[in-house]
Amino acid sequence: MKTVTLSHGGGGKAMKDLIGAVFVSAFDNPLLATLDDQARVPIGVLAQHGDRLAFTTDSFVVDPLEFPGGDIGKLAVCGTINDLAVGGAVPLYLSCAAIIEEGLPFDMLGRMARSMAAAARGAGVQIVTGDTKVVQRGACDKLFLTTTGIGVIRADVMLGTQYVRPGDAVLVNGVLGDHGAAILAARGDLALDAPIDSDCAALHGLVETLLAAAPNTRFMRDATRGGVATVLNEIALAARCGIELNETAVPLREAVKGFCEILGLDPLYLANEGRLVAVVPPDEVQRALAAMRQHPLGTGACRIGQIVERRPGQVVMHTVLGGQRIVDMLVGDQLPRIC
Amino acid sequence: MKYIDEFRDRDKAAVLLRAIEGVADEIRPEKPLQIMEVCGGHTHAIFRYGIEAMLPDAVELVHGPGCPVCVLPLGRVDDCIAIATQPGTILATFGDAMRVPGSRGSLMQAKAHGADIRMVYSPTDALEIARKNPEREVVFFGLGFETTMPSTALTVLEAERDRITNFSVFCNHITIVPTLKAILDSPDLRIDGFVGPGHVSMVIGMAPYDFIARQYRRPLVVSGFEPLDLLQSVLMVLRQIADGRAEIENQYARVVASGGNAAAQRAIDAVYEPREHFEWRGLGSIDESGVRFRDAYASFDAERRFAVPGVRVTDPAACQCGAVLKGTLKPHQCKVFGTSCTPEMPMGALMVSSEGACAAYYRYATKAT
Amino acid sequence: MCLGIPAQIVRIDDAERMLATAEVGGVRRQVNIICIVDDNHPVEACVGDWVLLHVGFAMSRIDEAEAEATLRILTELGEMTP
Repeated sequence: MKTVTLSHGGGGKAMKDLIGAVFVSAFDNPLLATLDDQARVPIGVLAQHGDRLAFTTDSFVVDPLEFPGGDIGKLAVCGTINDLAVGGAVPLYLSCAAIIEEGLPFDMLGRMARSMAAAARGAGVQIVTGDTKVVQRGACDKLFLTTTGIGVIRADVMLGTQYVRPGDAVLVNGVLGDHGAAILAARGDLALDAPIDSDCAALHGLVETLLAAAPNTRFMRDATRGGVATVLNEIALAARCGIELNETAVPLREAVKGFCEILGLDPLYLANEGRLVAVVPPDEVQRALAAMRQHPLGTGACRIGQIVERRPGQVVMHTVLGGQRIVDMLVGDQLPRIC
Repeated sequence: MKYIDEFRDRDKAAVLLRAIEGVADEIRPEKPLQIMEVCGGHTHAIFRYGIEAMLPDAVELVHGPGCPVCVLPLGRVDDCIAIATQPGTILATFGDAMRVPGSRGSLMQAKAHGADIRMVYSPTDALEIARKNPEREVVFFGLGFETTMPSTALTVLEAERDRITNFSVFCNHITIVPTLKAILDSPDLRIDGFVGPGHVSMVIGMAPYDFIARQYRRPLVVSGFEPLDLLQSVLMVLRQIADGRAEIENQYARVVASGGNAAAQRAIDAVYEPREHFEWRGLGSIDESGVRFRDAYASFDAERRFAVPGVRVTDPAACQCGAVLKGTLKPHQCKVFGTSCTPEMPMGALMVSSEGACAAYYRYATKAT
Repeated sequence: MCLGIPAQIVRIDDAERMLATAEVGGVRRQVNIICIVDDNHPVEACVGDWVLLHVGFAMSRIDEAEAEATLRILTELGEMTP
């Protein structure tokens, strides 16, 4: 079995061959094909889309590399696209930096590159520049990917926590916690057989649909590590408002509910990779939900809570029982428990 | 989900709360009634659903020491880390124990420093690690009350049957009855009734609690873990107080048989014997409250296979875990609650464990109260 | 150490070693059923049982009649309480 060796990162012929065979062939676009040290895009092209550049970066380290519903490649593309999309940006170009552990099978690397390419093509985004390093065994865990994304925001799009007002609704686009549960199950050490796929998906199309129906949407964020609970706490703190959640309204897949009950986990803190939280003014909620539900990534869209004046900075949940509890910021990773 | 959703029904909860208010009015106590819920799982459920705030002022819930993680003394955590850091050793543990602070850091921190520490859901998964790694020593961190004792014991019996020689258990199992007795004998406590541990009782049955009714004249209701179970149990305790009764009742009859579980009890008897004393964090040494492996199972006893420091480490001076564990202090009354002791930087186990009263208070309790 | 959840035994995996597969909401796990097997209820009879699952062991068979009785008490309480 052919594996990546240190010479593939050495800058010489072996590295050029790897880049060509794996990345360039998969990503396949004219900007990349020049293999210059930089991708060059006329500013006029960008300016056609809007008046502000959106620019984000993210690193992806996941174990296992492949899991039901996705892999690190798909994650690396969708995750960065989503960071652009929730700012109202049209995602245009990505870079891809790969740090490869010596000994990674070539097959695996090829699969990940093709997965990135497919995700990018599906999203109408090009991967136009990149970097490759190979480190010795043990210096990284199989494969680390960093993607940086560039997008452009239309002049009329105004999103920010400063626009959030008491009375606004908190919406999500579907069931929560699938990605986190899928990853935990895929690691295998809990020996649970869970029919749960990661929800990994690029959300810019859904965002466009949402903004068309609800142009006065105040703010959006994608709910990744730390789950929806973390995003809500961030919003509450930044906007200096309170958030009230209705436990009965929180959408969860039956299997995720079962998974969480067995392990004593709270699904509000499980990672998502295809879910956004949107804060929408009350008079646009119905239109926002209707529009999202027409989109394949929003069929489960629903309202889970509202922005309030009370207890600014805090997220409070009205429990199924009728009581209340605080939904706090997560400390460390959530661990399965037996107590 | 069956047997779960029905016991979380809002309308039935409202009915139970009205009934609780009614009986509380009947009793009309001068001071609020103190009902102790012993089990950490109950503490967690109470906070998760916001039950405490829904009860009338005349009823106060006191959170007892039924959190086996919370009562782990610093020294035992240190011992566990000493085992885990022996070369070639794999330590398998429940997630609950990962962040409990020892005197020089937690298992999580030891893992970050290179110790091979793995989280498992079941002791059988730890045994499986031993099977898959015959050249490594695999140690399972066994903790919990009688609920968890049978699973550890049955796993050891399986290891014995399959002649697995690289598997052992660091046994920190503790028993509930001596704890209850210590609470009842404590001069600074006035507990009017108990909500009893449902899953411990699933194993040991109802008879072990008889002394609470006979000698101490207090009611105890064995409770399930869903919110309706807890509310019904509180109602049943109040009903007894109003009637002037002191009995052991079983609210959790769908799971708990009055005789407990025979197979589980047989496994416990086969593998364990009582320790003369065991140290409880914050409560000191309690007689006959822990168990250890019988000599026949010495080869599965990590304490006999490994040299452990066995040092008794006193809690930090500012730590008031003991008082909170006994119920004499509420978490927010502890001097370091929320200041030097927070979930990010826990001083004591009550702030670390997901079912510890302090962690629950900090995370869940509406700060408006 | 109280986290236990109702699960249903869907299949016997190894009768001799008393291993079965239990399911909750579609999530499955192999579990040990020693504690719920006795002379009156052999291994094969466990399929379909609802059990209390704790750290990979079926610790008790859930008594459907008792569960219904508990819920019935609560319903009746609702009818009585103003």
